[in-house]
Amino acid sequence: MFNPQLNDKGNLNHLLSIEGLSKEKIIQILDTAESFLKIGERDVKKVPILRGKTVCNVFFENSTRTRTTFEIAAKRLSADVINLNVATSSQSKGETILDTINNLIAMNADIFVVRHSSSGAAHFIASHVKPNIHIINAGDGNHSHPTQGLLDAFTIRKYKTNFNNLKVAIVGDILHSRVARSNIHALNILGVPEIRVIAPKTLLPYEVEKLGVHVFHDIDKGLKDVDVIMMLRVQNERMDGVMLPSQEEYFKTYGLNESRLNLAKKEAIVMHPGPMNRGVEIDSAVADSEQSVILPQVTFGIAVRMSVMAILAGQYS
Amino acid sequence: MTLPNAENLIESLKNKINTIIDSNTVLIGVQRGGELILQKILPDLRQHLATGSIDTSFYRDDFSSRGLKIKNKPSKIDTEIDGKNIILIDDIFSTGRTVRAAMNEIFDYGRPSKIILAVLIDRNEQELPITPQIYIEKISLPKNQHLELAFDQNKKFIFQLKENNV
Repeated sequence: MFNPQLNDKGNLNHLLSIEGLSKEKIIQILDTAESFLKIGERDVKKVPILRGKTVCNVFFENSTRTRTTFEIAAKRLSADVINLNVATSSQSKGETILDTINNLIAMNADIFVVRHSSSGAAHFIASHVKPNIHIINAGDGNHSHPTQGLLDAFTIRKYKTNFNNLKVAIVGDILHSRVARSNIHALNILGVPEIRVIAPKTLLPYEVEKLGVHVFHDIDKGLKDVDVIMMLRVQNERMDGVMLPSQEEYFKTYGLNESRLNLAKKEAIVMHPGPMNRGVEIDSAVADSEQSVILPQVTFGIAVRMSVMAILAGQYS
Repeated sequence: MTLPNAENLIESLKNKINTIIDSNTVLIGVQRGGELILQKILPDLRQHLATGSIDTSFYRDDFSSRGLKIKNKPSKIDTEIDGKNIILIDDIFSTGRTVRAAMNEIFDYGRPSKIILAVLIDRNEQELPITPQIYIEKISLPKNQHLELAFDQNKKFIFQLKENNV
């Protein structure tokens, strides 16, 4: 089957989605990230591996955290970084995505980190660039956010050592969440035996079971004995109207508070991709608890993004 | 050809290192061979020394042609190296490129006052103005072969002759 992420040698040329990655490739990315994590702990947080390369962060949709961590990751690899907030520039003047990218290629950029509100945007760009250009999907519509899936897998491995015995619960707006989709794919590939999704019917995709997950509408049942709780952000823009009643109501029925956390295993970890809404999907006390690994996720995200960029740039690996 | 006896070479290297160490010395092993040698000789040195280990993957000059191949543990230098006398230990010295990469990395941790390179075997293939101050044997090998430090069934060090698989 044609896999647009791989080159003719079977090496990773783009990172577009978790689907299509082998378990070995994911493990290689996580293992390499482990080495890059150490770089972040040094006084000189920089290695020369992407010296002379240019990384373009092209964000057709706003994001601060993801863009910043990609920028730090590229800079720690010694790349030159250009940030383009296309949402406020050329697209509003009528330029097409491909023209924007081609202009940047004409400026000799090597790696593009792309975020777009349309699913498939990164695939589309990847299928139109020369093989020496690498595309990283930093989130496309509801589809995929592969580096988030990888950094979450890295976080779980850090705290739980391996994936073979885990029960993982993903709680919240699965329907609109590219993070949830990437995590479900990553955890399935890595061999997590039980993945649960916990959400009201209105926030679940049609036939979500086919992704290999167990569905719970009752959070108290769904959290029972899990090892990992992944909370998703409630997107405030979806609060009014048919999807959800109110923030207070959501917190009451699906918010992670201390008593619900106690239903999970004693040493369970709590994750969140950020930015979190305290008092909506997660209680402040839980977000700041010893079981919360939300800030380590951010640190690990940089190492994982360094790993992805280094592996793409050195296609021979 | 008969390969040199690795245990004997390591013993000789240990004796030479023992004559030059003092309290200002830091030993750094280049992974994987140099780190194995370092761990082997460490208990028999005449004084306790700070140590570190280096994996040069992120500093290699052949990244663009070879990509990233990480097989080793991450570099780890937890000790202060400013003003220290570093003895950099590796098993085989060939072109000098690994040592260049290791030195570049060391300077990202601090500014040592001196670096000495100590190896078991010098292959006479120098491509850079870098040379080991301490070596036990000089051996010439065909370009397509390399020596690798390994263990035999009695957990003793041996050399294995391997074809380069590139």
